[in-house]
Amino acid sequence: MFENLSSKLEVIFKKLRGYGVLNENNIKEALREVRIAFLEADVNLNVVKEFIERVRIRAIGQDVLSSLTPGQQVVKIVHEELVSMLGETDDRIAFAAKPPTIIMMVGLQGSGKTTTSVKLARKLLKEGHLPLLVAADVYRPAAVDQLKVLGKEIGIPVFDGDGTTVPLEICKKSLHYALEKECQTIIIDTAGRLHIDDELMNELIHIKDAIKPHEVLLIADAMTGQDAVTMARVFHERLGIDGVILTKMDGDARGGAALSIRSVTGKAIKFIGVGEKIDQLENFYPDRIASRILGMGDILSLIEKAQTSFDENALKKMQKKIKGDSFTLKDFREQLIQIRKLGPLDQILGMIPGAGKLTGKEINGKELIRTVAIIDSMTEKERINHALINGNRKRRIAKGSGTEVWEVNTLLKQFVRMKKMMKQLSKPGFMKRFEAPAQLMGGGRGFFPF
Amino acid sequence: MNEKRGVFERLKFGLSKTRTGFITGLTRIIGRGKIDEELFEELEELLITADVGVHSASKILSGLREDVKINKLKEPGDVEQCLKDRILKIIKQDNYSLSIKDYNPFVIMVIGVNGSGKTTTIGKLASKYRREGKKVLIAAGDTFRAAAIEQLEIWGNRSGCPVIKHQSGADPSAVIYDAIQSAKHRGYDLMIADTAGRLHTKVNLMEEMKKIKRVMNREISGAPHEILLVLDATTGQNAISQAKLFNEAVGITGIALTKLDGTAKGGVVISIIDELKIPVKLIGIGEEIDDLKEFEPEEFVEALFER
Ligand SMILES: Nc1nc2c(ncn2[C@@H]2O[C@H](COP(=O)(O)OP(=O)(O)OP(=O)(O)O)[C@@H](O)[C@H]2O)c(=O)[nH]1
Ligand SMILES: [Mg+2]
Repeated sequence: MFENLSSKLEVIFKKLRGYGVLNENNIKEALREVRIAFLEADVNLNVVKEFIERVRIRAIGQDVLSSLTPGQQVVKIVHEELVSMLGETDDRIAFAAKPPTIIMMVGLQGSGKTTTSVKLARKLLKEGHLPLLVAADVYRPAAVDQLKVLGKEIGIPVFDGDGTTVPLEICKKSLHYALEKECQTIIIDTAGRLHIDDELMNELIHIKDAIKPHEVLLIADAMTGQDAVTMARVFHERLGIDGVILTKMDGDARGGAALSIRSVTGKAIKFIGVGEKIDQLENFYPDRIASRILGMGDILSLIEKAQTSFDENALKKMQKKIKGDSFTLKDFREQLIQIRKLGPLDQILGMIPGAGKLTGKEINGKELIRTVAIIDSMTEKERINHALINGNRKRRIAKGSGTEVWEVNTLLKQFVRMKKMMKQLSKPGFMKRFEAPAQLMGGGRGFFPF
Repeated sequence: MNEKRGVFERLKFGLSKTRTGFITGLTRIIGRGKIDEELFEELEELLITADVGVHSASKILSGLREDVKINKLKEPGDVEQCLKDRILKIIKQDNYSLSIKDYNPFVIMVIGVNGSGKTTTIGKLASKYRREGKKVLIAAGDTFRAAAIEQLEIWGNRSGCPVIKHQSGADPSAVIYDAIQSAKHRGYDLMIADTAGRLHTKVNLMEEMKKIKRVMNREISGAPHEILLVLDATTGQNAISQAKLFNEAVGITGIALTKLDGTAKGGVVISIIDELKIPVKLIGIGEEIDDLKEFEPEEFVEALFER
């Protein structure tokens, strides 16, 4: 976890306070920890090596800013370097001067091409283009059906080859069909294939040569490990890709594949898939993914989400409380109620660092209701000052809420933990972000929950 | 697909790939002729590139250092064997074969994240047992993903096994219930249930899966007799989280590791076997119906270092 990396770095540099300058020796141990963190996040080994080298070069000889500890400074450099390597937010599609614009979706089996094709089509439709979906996966059983069902759901035409079962022919024919249907964009869903499958890779090359797509997008699974590099390199070398879409980012994968793929192809990660629903396609924000690779969780996304679903005033009040450390069980209850408004709890928890451990176990919908019931059985005084709650009171509360004493204990523990976490998150820089998520990577200081 | 390689040919292919790989991967390292820190570092890198992960890699290497101490590992020539032994010691479980017993029917529940290869693996499994003379029924428990039922039906056709289905969008537990009744009353030996792909972090979907298991258990005591987690070999360290959470939710009895025909090694299963003591039972090596094999620890270890 990122918290681990931060605290490990703190420990390493504790001995070195007062040195004032980062040098070869004092940074060595720190970089070893960085390496482990990156490898655990599934960044490819060679990419990690290259990255560490960049950080080393940048760090050595730097004066430690008076406002930062050396540990903070290294992490700041790591984060900045990571963000810069991840590239920029770039959701542009290279639209053809003369329609139709052709987009070809390629990738390994099971990476999410079909779903993503439909998501992209929906997005383009919303932006005023009428896309055509082309089912060029004739291999996987019922892949064509899948595209048809989804296309129908969102009212986008799907071309299924009209009797042809040769992918190249389907793609060629689709150009005429698009003209007929007056579609300005064509999105081609190709079959999943292994990068070492020569025959199928050649098929893609033939299609590309014949229809000259404006965008070839590589669809990759966010959970991919070390092999992301080999896969992406071969797809890029053989076919030439123009951009990447990273799928299944709604899980708890750290997403190191983003850095691996980006560094071997040099191509932008244009979108990320964050759910099975057709509207769950988002822009790629390098700083968020950087935090995630470092194990900090996608807190910024969470905040954005919170901001759209929380009641403005309630949010302002809550912020004040967190800042002033006057967060009580009453507020906790209020928050639980608000959280339920946020939507599926698991999705929210997935974005909180360390919550992977919580999910599925400690918190679910029912749990939430029980928790609220426990708080409801407390006296006003207890809600304001949880320290009052002794053994006797716990028994009374448990009885009143129809729960067990251990459940009351669990809740109190959870509350204290949460309070602690909030306090950390409320360090100056973070709160600034909380109020204005637009100015994302302002200064490094305070961004990290040390 | 035009080209259909036979199992034997593919096996041979896989094996020869393995051999040369192991040689190029390790020989370069061993060829330097000294057992020193550098050697250990390079071995660590080799393991990490195969997705073994930092933690398990360092555990394996501590084992090797131990071997040096006890004089088992004396010269570079011993490295290959010692390394293999250390890994095998971790991954060799007592029961890594999938055996179907007479439970009338024996029930297998197949679970995993989206796109890992569940439906394909079910098609392959059904075909394997059908060929062995068993009466196999397939349950279309993925009522969520578009055309998932149609996909499974095609596999049903290919394997010659009937598929019990409801409409898309139906309650998966209800399909499973129906399938179990059919299997019981019509004397099936084996029922294999497909489930929708789900990310292990989605609480509601994990609850849905638990319910499917409860229904099975209510209708046939001891069922499901086998709960197979299908893992994509290209997955990195996140596979550990997948295995943990799926295991906590329903208890996994075995792993099917798919897509080993690619360049990914699936080394992360070493950590999973080590931590959770769940055996890998099957491996997927292609998209054809006979591209399913039993997991062989020795073969797996050799393939780990193939480049
Ligand atoms: N190369 C290769 N491809 C595989 C293997 N197993 C499955 N696939 C492919 O992976 C893709 C996804 O497989 P499915 O069986 O649909 O996966 P699933 O887990 O059922 O997917 P969902 O139900 O959508 O979650 C398909 O294109 C399969 O052909 C394998 O061992 N090797
Ligand atoms: Mg499926």
